[in-house]
Amino acid sequence: MLLSLNLIYVLTGLVLGVISVLTFMDGRNKKRWSTGLFWGLYAITFLFGQSIPPDIMGVVVILIVILAGFGGLGLGDYGERKKEERVRQAALLKNKLFIPVLLIPLITVLGTVVFNKTTLGGIPLLDPKNQTLVSLGLGGVIALIVAMILTRDTPQRAVNESRRLMDAIGWAAILPQMLATLGALFAAGGVGLAISKIVTDIVPAQNTLAVVVAYCVGMALFTMIMGNAFAAFPVMTLGVAVPLLIHMHGANANTLAAIGMFSGYTGTLMTPMAANFNIVPAALLDLPDKYQVIKAQIPTALILLAANICFMYFLALGGRW
Amino acid sequence: MWSLIGVLVVVVGFVLRINPLLVVTVAGLVTGLIARLPLDKILTQFGTSFVVNRYMSLFILILPVIGLMERYGLKEQAENLVSKVKVATTGRILILYLFLRELTSALGLTSLGGHAQMVRPLIAPMAEGAAEAKYGDLPESTRYKIRAFAASADNVGLFFGEDIFIAIGAILLMKGFFDQQHIAVTPLGMAVWGIPTALTALVVHSIRFYRLDGSLRRELTGGTGATTGDQARTATKN
Repeated sequence: MLLSLNLIYVLTGLVLGVISVLTFMDGRNKKRWSTGLFWGLYAITFLFGQSIPPDIMGVVVILIVILAGFGGLGLGDYGERKKEERVRQAALLKNKLFIPVLLIPLITVLGTVVFNKTTLGGIPLLDPKNQTLVSLGLGGVIALIVAMILTRDTPQRAVNESRRLMDAIGWAAILPQMLATLGALFAAGGVGLAISKIVTDIVPAQNTLAVVVAYCVGMALFTMIMGNAFAAFPVMTLGVAVPLLIHMHGANANTLAAIGMFSGYTGTLMTPMAANFNIVPAALLDLPDKYQVIKAQIPTALILLAANICFMYFLALGGRW
Repeated sequence: MWSLIGVLVVVVGFVLRINPLLVVTVAGLVTGLIARLPLDKILTQFGTSFVVNRYMSLFILILPVIGLMERYGLKEQAENLVSKVKVATTGRILILYLFLRELTSALGLTSLGGHAQMVRPLIAPMAEGAAEAKYGDLPESTRYKIRAFAASADNVGLFFGEDIFIAIGAILLMKGFFDQQHIAVTPLGMAVWGIPTALTALVVHSIRFYRLDGSLRRELTGGTGATTGDQARTATKN
């Protein structure tokens, strides 16, 4: 393929590498050495992820965690523009300001839907297994070029502005990747089996409604632990839903699957373990309380969990009042 | 049952508000050691998973664009644009975004939204701008609340829309799972039976956005007509 996922990772690593260098040079950041080292090591995982042996990479990851976990990250000076200056600038470019930003989703969708089978000289244009991710990265690059043409500004300035955003996100940036690691270790350690065993031990198997509640609530809770409904679904469905709801109570499998997965999603809305949906956005939006997005979602999630229990009981199992 | 100690570490760590990175790393080490994995295997697992899951952090590559355009007044222009639309309120903007996000996700176009691409640069400033146009300068706590709700619109719309699309990852995962169990399911059947929950999510979350408008009005115009229950609820959301 011409544009591979690894190419996109290398570009991301280059951005992080420049952020690292700019941090080292930022005398206003009181923790510039540890902050710069943090972004530098993170850059290495993107630049050389494929060639560094995994156990060495494990050591790098632990170093990254220690730097960020014990308060090694600080804020610097980004030469930000004051509000009045930005208002003045907005009056110059007006709605043209939206063009680069809207190009990103547009190019991502075009790449996935229109150019997904495009070949040049028999070689696929986009990595066939990772079209969306490659298109997103490509969108970022094209949008940056357009942004620089519109503003007549430099790539260094753009990366320095992204350093302002990355420093604000701080440790939360790598939390999703660490949580995915924990999920893998949980799975290897048999956490899922232990939980589905607890559920099947305590639930009265003859009572349809009780099993429905146990499965839906179990999906939500296990998703909250794993941070990911995809990890919870096979374990809970194999342990609880297949033997008790499908074979014993005759549930419709299509309906059960759809509603079971959605029950897991209500858990995703309520857990810091789904950091890429809940914690990173809080950091991206400069919220001082990193749990505020979760707090905003909890009422909706609980109502939807109750709704799913009703749908499961009445639609998948033909329950009656 | 010993395997659940790792889960306990996570819960206790999050409750005590210890840095989540440390909590998660210690929980991983503990879980690995209890499963009698040798230390080098655990390190290998950390290294492998971290590298495999780099895709989760690709939003980094679009931050230079967002950051640069913000320097030239992107947020201010988004606020500006919204203040010219008389009928725009915070709640209505978020309802519209929720609807579009869920609809496009249901059509398989999940990459049309996102927190870095849409919420930070466009949706949150628009939602804040609509409130600002009505009530003047907003207190920081109100801005934070509006932003948190803007992020929730993206999540709810994405989650409960995407499973309606038959070729999405979740549907393929479930199809593969049931095939292994020799239980008959079809992607279309699973997608169709997701519709009741998808519609409920749209309605429930839209009602909460509608009520957000009411709570903003009470909060920012001196609390007239607010019941004590509503005030207490608003306070806990901050």
